[in-house]
Amino acid sequence: MPVQYYIFLSIALFCIGVTGVLMRRNAIIIFMCVELMLNAVNLLLVAFSKMWADAGRVDASGAQIFVFFIMVVAAAEVAVGLAIIVMVYRNSQSVDINIMNRLKN
Amino acid sequence: MGMSLQQIVFGVLSIIAIISALGVILSKNPVTSVLCLIVTFFTIAGHYIMLNAQFLAVVHIIVYAGAIMVLFLFVIMLMNLNAEIEPQKRNWLKYAGAISGGALLLVLLGALREADVTPIQPGSADIGLISNLGKTLFNQYVVPFEVSSILFLSAMVGAVIIGKRES
Repeated sequence: MPVQYYIFLSIALFCIGVTGVLMRRNAIIIFMCVELMLNAVNLLLVAFSKMWADAGRVDASGAQIFVFFIMVVAAAEVAVGLAIIVMVYRNSQSVDINIMNRLKN
Repeated sequence: MGMSLQQIVFGVLSIIAIISALGVILSKNPVTSVLCLIVTFFTIAGHYIMLNAQFLAVVHIIVYAGAIMVLFLFVIMLMNLNAEIEPQKRNWLKYAGAISGGALLLVLLGALREADVTPIQPGSADIGLISNLGKTLFNQYVVPFEVSSILFLSAMVGAVIIGKRES
């Protein structure tokens, strides 16, 4: 089975995430789309890890360690990001990101 | 030419993943988005199992579906956002976002369509088992592991400080 299929699936998921970030105004949805993009990249890393393992490389599990670290960073990011969103909501009663343009002045 | 079992499973999982990912960005209700994203994560875990990454599949389900999405649901329900309708002003911005995302899709597909990579075999390799990953993690990648623990500690402190009500 060609590894191209996994490349195409990852591209589709990543572009859906990018489109969501650009289209939506709700900060929580934007955050979830960032998670979707991270997962598309993770899937591609795992597919390439399998590809190199089939080719006989003994260090192919390094890619899976990378995926592990990406999950760690995503968990830390979610904790801080949701705290920020809760604070923004507490101060302005909204999670619309157009609210945040008051940082401009 | 008949399709192998591996290709059938791949196709079904991929179709469910893409449809539920579209559901994330197209649904009006944030709770529906969260549920669609959980479905996407489960299909990605299925892909991990097909790619001999069994440990990552389990960790993925525990971390994402078990911790991160529950946190999202908590926040959405705590702030009572589950019936929020986004303001429909500036509709052209939405179309511009959709067109930009579609253009990025076309560019990436065009760039990687002819990529010459070797196909993957359905046979099993033991790269994703926990003993193998543990040896790699604690021999080659022990310094990043320690750094990530510091990252976690600082993220925890940061979340508590940000979330604290000012008195």
